[in-house]
Order: sequence, then structure tokens, then C-alpha cells
Amino acid sequence: MIELLTQPWSWWFSGAMIAATMFFLIFFGQSFGFSSNLKTICSAVGLGKTNKFFDFNWKSQMWNLVFLIGAILGGFLTKQFLSTDAPVQIAQSTIEDLSKLGIGAPESLQPAEIFSLEAMLSLKGFMILAFGGLMVGFGTRYAGGCTSGHAISGLSNLQIPSLIAVIGFFAGGLIMTFLILPLIF
Amino acid sequence: MKFIKFLLLGIVFGIVMTKSEAVSWFRIQEMFRFQAFHMYGIIGTAVTLGVSGVALIKKFNIRDYQGNPIVFSPKDKSVSRYLLGGSIFGLGWALSGACPGPMVVNVGYGHWAMAIVFFFALVGTYLYGVVKNKLPH
Repeated sequence: MIELLTQPWSWWFSGAMIAATMFFLIFFGQSFGFSSNLKTICSAVGLGKTNKFFDFNWKSQMWNLVFLIGAILGGFLTKQFLSTDAPVQIAQSTIEDLSKLGIGAPESLQPAEIFSLEAMLSLKGFMILAFGGLMVGFGTRYAGGCTSGHAISGLSNLQIPSLIAVIGFFAGGLIMTFLILPLIF
Repeated sequence: MKFIKFLLLGIVFGIVMTKSEAVSWFRIQEMFRFQAFHMYGIIGTAVTLGVSGVALIKKFNIRDYQGNPIVFSPKDKSVSRYLLGGSIFGLGWALSGACPGPMVVNVGYGHWAMAIVFFFALVGTYLYGVVKNKLPH
């Protein structure tokens, strides 16, 4: 049983668990959309005073902030009790493509070239993290949702705006992967 | 106490995202290079079950735990904001290898660098609020 839990989970079980998470949130009167938390935090730290967009009753979104705390705890608990920290088993073709960019084959969950403390404290490494976050935060609010809100919740409700957003996610992702990453690395 | 269920759901979400490796930069690269089925399998399964479940909720007028009707509020009609906003999001997703949920899960896992990504995602959200009225929607 423990072995089953510590090895990586299958795509179908993981997908089913994500759908279950969404339905539990719906059943509890809310919805599955993680990036709203970014707007809520902006409001909670008082940015509503300088910008009307963040001037709303953020406390009504407390449930989602609690969900966020839970997500952090989930990552922590996995690391402590459910992880072998084995290298991610990505496709050989991906390993070869990434090696051309100077990123080595997986040794754990994340590439050290981007997420190690050493990389984080270098100017280039810091810029990569900062611009990545900046674009995710700006884009998600502009598009009115992220992977959970559009790709999962929105598509489940057959919403055309969410389909357009997901097409946008891929357009941006492909441009970054094939055109910009080779220039950065 | 009324929040404990959301805490538990968040914990489950964090564990699932980590154990499925959807929080890994490597997996996101593999997805955008169309070199494995894994991420498509996860999202595809979630959406397939999601579409079925939402249809059932609507067909049988299923109510939430307090007996209130479940309403799905449609998003505003537009193309530009979803396409432009979505593309900017995608650029950041492929660069940092994480969307907002996986960012904080990664921090819990011990990848402190993701705290920087999350902080700048907050800055990005604020910037959107500042320039929002000048953008096509």
C-alpha cells in the first residue's frame, strides 16, 4: 500500500481526483479556480485603497485562501511521507531536447538549473523566475482564470470563453517552448 | 470549523498535484513538446468526468450541501481578453513550469524558488489591475 502511494500516480487516477476536488468545491457552494487567490491576496494586503479593482470584500474568498494553505500543506506532506524524490520519468525525446538547452536529465522533481538556491540567487535565474511569475499573474487575471478555472472548470461547463483561453495557454506555451527558451538557455 | 473542509480539499489537491508530477517543470515541457500523453491524460480525464458531472448536476437540478441550487455563471463573451490573456499566461506557464496552484504546492514541497514565482504572480495580478482599462477586453 505504501509503495503504491509513494510511486508516481497514474494520469487517470490523478485526473479523477482533480475532478473530484472540483465537484466537492461545487457541492460546498464554491467553485474550482485557484488564481482568484492572487486577486484576493492583493485585496487583503490593502491594495484596494489605491486601485478599485482590488476593492472588494476579500473575506468572502477566505475559503479559497484556506484551500491554498491546504495545497501548501499537501506539498509538504507529500515531501515528508509520500515521496521517494525519484527522478521524473519524462520521455527520452524531451530529455534530449532539453539537453540541447543545457538542462540535464531529471534527478528529482524539478531541474536544478532553474529551481536550485544557486540558480535562484543568480541574476539570470532570478529574472527567469520573476518574469515567469509576472506573466502567469498578469495573464491569468486578464484571461479571467487559470488552468483550474478555465481548463478544468470552464471546459467542464462547455464554456466557449474557456476554450479560447485554453487555446491561448497553448499558443503562449508553444511560443515560449520553441521560440523563446532557445534564446534564454 | 466551517473552513476545515476546504483545508482538507486543499491538502488532497496538493498531494494529487505532486504525486501526478503535474507540479514538475519537466512535465510541462514534455506536454508543450507533445512528447508524452501524461499531462493530456490528467487534464483529459478531469475534463471528461467534469463535463459528465456538470451535465448531471444540471439535468437533475442537484443542490449543494445547504440545499441551494448550484449555478454555473458563464464568463463574459469576448475573444481578445481570453486569447491575449491566455497567451501571456501560457508564456509564463512554459517558462516557470507552474500555474498558480502548483506554485504554492512546490513551496510546500520545499522548492523555495517557487515563492519568488508566486510573489511575482501577485505583482503581475496587481499590474493587470493598474492597466486593465487600457487593454482590449
